[in-house]
Amino acid sequence: MSNQEKEPMFSAKNLKLFTAPLGRDNPITVQVLGICSALAVTVKLKPAIVMALSVTIVVAVSNVVIAAMRKYIPDRIRIIVQLVVIATMVILVDQFLKAYAFDVSKQLSVFVGLIITNCILMGRLEAFAMANKPWPSFIDGLGNGAGYGIILIIVAFFRELLGSGTIYGYPVMQKIGIYSTGYENNGMMILPPMALIAVGLIIWFQRSRNRSLIEKK
Amino acid sequence: MKEFSNKYIFIFSAVMVIAVATLLSLAATLLQPRQQKNLEIEKKKSMLESIGIPSIHETTEVLYDKYIKESFVLNSKGEIVDGIDAFKIVLNIEQKKPLEQQYLPVFNATPDDGEKIIILPVEGKGLWGPIYGYVSLKSDMNTIYGVTFDHKGETPGLGAEINTTPFESMFNGKKLYEADKFVSIGVLKGGSKSGDPHNVDAISGGTITSKGLEKMLLDCIVKYNDYLLKNRN
Repeated sequence: MSNQEKEPMFSAKNLKLFTAPLGRDNPITVQVLGICSALAVTVKLKPAIVMALSVTIVVAVSNVVIAAMRKYIPDRIRIIVQLVVIATMVILVDQFLKAYAFDVSKQLSVFVGLIITNCILMGRLEAFAMANKPWPSFIDGLGNGAGYGIILIIVAFFRELLGSGTIYGYPVMQKIGIYSTGYENNGMMILPPMALIAVGLIIWFQRSRNRSLIEKK
Repeated sequence: MKEFSNKYIFIFSAVMVIAVATLLSLAATLLQPRQQKNLEIEKKKSMLESIGIPSIHETTEVLYDKYIKESFVLNSKGEIVDGIDAFKIVLNIEQKKPLEQQYLPVFNATPDDGEKIIILPVEGKGLWGPIYGYVSLKSDMNTIYGVTFDHKGETPGLGAEINTTPFESMFNGKKLYEADKFVSIGVLKGGSKSGDPHNVDAISGGTITSKGLEKMLLDCIVKYNDYLLKNRN
């Protein structure tokens, strides 16, 4: 038998595909992809979580589809093929949600369009799925989706807490009675620039902990 | 990477496009009845919400039949037009017609507190797309009993906040008329004074949505002016 079947499904190499995007290969803080949607959906925790899940699903499944077809996709039109696969996936997911999970689909509303334009998807299809087998591509998709989601959720947590005084809609600041001491919500936090600053702070923190990420002069 | 001939590329793209088109149209056609049904339930659910009756997807239709028993259609002069189903009226199609030809739906409801309520649908423009909702009025045809709003794609966390309870509940008890003059409800940036019967607070960061909502209320409800004045008690 060929040696590809000897490789276990969760080999160290495959696990690394999942863990690398969470940390030192993070799509947002290291590769700086998908920033646009990170600004748009991180005002509240709930849309951030929904968006993180949707992107993870779409990137993992599109990765598998592209990886399975990779030997038959002509090089010259590969970007178009990738785009068609992503767009089809997103529309199908949207249609099914509208029919069977109407409430979820209402929450997703505008994000569906945002998923298609997310650079992380095209980036993973082009850089990974076009050159790898379906299973590693699937893990790579999950990893990158999760890496994207983690940053989204961290940013959304602070923006919602400091901007609206709530966590997942629960009025934390009001419950601990901090308003009576003269504290006020920071309106700046709910405006898009604060997402950039928050992402910047995360990048700073990450680089100070992991010196190898800093570019050599 | 293997080289592919032009012929292969053409065939590949043709097959891909046809396959995808078939798949998508199949999905759209097969799922359409269910999607339509969902939209209908959603509409009933919004109307129930505007009279303060929460419902979940499964209970909506039963509750709707229980509380909202009557509906009719008015013309722009406030006269009842017979033979048209108010529930089937699509507001944004009506709004494209000249005012004299527009049909204006009215729904009558009686919640558990016995109040006779009318529900009026409203629809307008937000920042990214349509916003819509229902406004319910007490029998004095002036005081707002409740409202519910929704949107197609306003910015999450900003304009999208119009469909949340904290925003909607500000409308309760507000008044549309100053004596006999229709003044509608203003959505004020910087906040309304407490006790102000005609204004509510706008959403920070959602200025255009707030403005759109204010315009929607004015434009849609003023059409009912004749009917509301005639039937107040």
